[in-house]
Amino acid sequence: MSGEILLVGLAGVLASAGPIVFAAVGEAITERAGITNLSMNGLILLSAMGSFAATLATGSIALGILAGAAIGAAVSAIVALSSITLKQSQVAVGFILAMLCRDLSYFLGNPIMGQPGPRLVQAPLPYLKDIPIAGPLLFRQDLMTYMSYLLVILAWLYMNKTRPGLVLRGLGERPAAAYARGADVHRLRYLYTIAGGALAGIAGPMYSLSIKAGWKGTITGLDGMGWIALAITIFGGWSPIKIAFGAWFFALLQWLGIVLQPAMPSVPSQVLQVAPFPLMILTLLFVNMGNAEWVESMLARLPEKPRRALAKFLRAVNVKPPAALGTPFEKD
Amino acid sequence: MSESRPIKALFQVGAVVLALGITVLVLLATGAPPFAALGSIAKGAVGNLNVASDVVVAWVPLLLVTAGLLATFTVGLWNIGIEGQITLGAIFATWALRSFEGGAVSPGLALVLAFAAGAAGGAVWAMLVGALKTFGGVNEIFGGLGLNYVATALNIWLIFGPWKRPGVASMSGTVPFDKAYWLPTVSEQSRLAPAAVAVAIAGIALIFALVQGTYFGLRLKAVGKNPKAAYLLGIPTWQYMIVSFAICGALAGLAGAIQVSAVYHRLIPSISSGYGYLGLMVAMLVNYSAALAAPVALFFAALNVGSIQLPIIHKLDSSLSGVLQGTLVLFVILGDGLRKRLMGKGRSGS
Repeated sequence: MSGEILLVGLAGVLASAGPIVFAAVGEAITERAGITNLSMNGLILLSAMGSFAATLATGSIALGILAGAAIGAAVSAIVALSSITLKQSQVAVGFILAMLCRDLSYFLGNPIMGQPGPRLVQAPLPYLKDIPIAGPLLFRQDLMTYMSYLLVILAWLYMNKTRPGLVLRGLGERPAAAYARGADVHRLRYLYTIAGGALAGIAGPMYSLSIKAGWKGTITGLDGMGWIALAITIFGGWSPIKIAFGAWFFALLQWLGIVLQPAMPSVPSQVLQVAPFPLMILTLLFVNMGNAEWVESMLARLPEKPRRALAKFLRAVNVKPPAALGTPFEKD
Repeated sequence: MSESRPIKALFQVGAVVLALGITVLVLLATGAPPFAALGSIAKGAVGNLNVASDVVVAWVPLLLVTAGLLATFTVGLWNIGIEGQITLGAIFATWALRSFEGGAVSPGLALVLAFAAGAAGGAVWAMLVGALKTFGGVNEIFGGLGLNYVATALNIWLIFGPWKRPGVASMSGTVPFDKAYWLPTVSEQSRLAPAAVAVAIAGIALIFALVQGTYFGLRLKAVGKNPKAAYLLGIPTWQYMIVSFAICGALAGLAGAIQVSAVYHRLIPSISSGYGYLGLMVAMLVNYSAALAAPVALFFAALNVGSIQLPIIHKLDSSLSGVLQGTLVLFVILGDGLRKRLMGKGRSGS
């Protein structure tokens, strides 16, 4: 494989990771506020179908993307209502919506199945596209892929360098303290759940108007992406930059599954396609193992040197969820 | 607790009406005749003896997985990995039947062993999720989901690789078993196997008795309500979690064994048919009580079988049954929250 083809392939990897970046960063914002939005898988399918339908009806890709964001926001508003106001299980309602929105997208999308439609064009950035290696890799993409880079940087800055970002993290870590400092916990949680859902909703049009253009129902190949995005949120430790690396890594694995296929003709393509999932479990195991009790007691029994090295490694990869994630807030 | 039953019933009826209303709106949105479509579902589920028996065929695996899920829900666990557990049950049962075919063992005994293998396969896959959760800190939702995909890949690899049909491997599955090894059905054409129905009823009865009537069930509930308190009381919480995963996986594995031995007579790529996820919906709708699981699962099975008519008669997608089921569960849960909020306000004024 020549260098040029490799670059084109890797550029494709960055593009196909774009929707996962949007979905996982959206979810990270929501979870940082203390709410789990488990509806992601259905939400992405419904927004993919809805935005394609909107684009077909209006002829405008911009309106299609907006429709995707609106669908994401609407679905997430139900999650917010049920968990914040009605105090029902976030996992239950999220799972129901994941199923419901998936079936809804298949049912409503039936009439537009397989129709040809407009799609986002590549928009190489002037000057930047000619930089060796980085040019073809990063700057010969479509508009939404550039947006995915931008989102990572902006979300990171917002969370870590601004005052509202500090309050956001407080909502998920110690809502009572945030409340005492004057934050309207319920209102902000509504806001971040809906905003995170709108971002995740943009993942849909990124598929149906670009990466997997069109709507092909159950064979669209999008079913499962939402679950991946949720796992990558954890893997990335709720940090936009680590999430982006997780999404790129996942997309790279999927691409490798496709390019390595001819080398292993005896293995059906569906098998290589799932390679990222066991790896996902393994990485979740790595990042969570430091939290387990038996690991601590085992570490204590090891001799000094390997114990230090192992503890250091576990601490480096360890992630801890926002302390108040999933628990309703009661003012008292 | 003191709120009146009529109010609760009113909210539930309201949820059903709303769910039907949304489904009608969804049908109108696609330009379909709503009442004709709903009528076709009803007719496709109870219109004649053939379809009615198909409903029972679909009810069996759904009831088994729902029964299993009640065990994991009792200890407060979300066993989304149930789809993979059905698949592993089907794989193990297929493996058993393939090994015994034409061998020294009588077909009857071979089937019993295949069921045992299926239950074991499902239980092992479920305990893997449990071990990841209790020892590795991997949330059971993500561990389970990941293992679902791994199970699907394993299944497809077997169908296209070691167990492929002579000549050409295909999505239609493995070579059908010898007829002697099919689970006996009520008639030649029917897929309704009395033994499968008996297993399903035994499964839900077992869970009902276990949770409601035994000390073990009481401890399971204690772990589910408050794992820390249960641990301090001397209940080894992690063991109870693993055991409940094993129970759920075994029942899911039995469902898989029934699908291969009684319904398809071979291993097919999508052997779990989404029954695991549907079982989660049923369990939520009955509010995790075993008493209502059987009738609600029957209703959901009827919707699934009835909606097969939609593409044939109306050129609509059969996922409408999922829309109706999903909105129903959603509105029941939202209604429950709304009722508690309104009642709570009425009482304490906060």
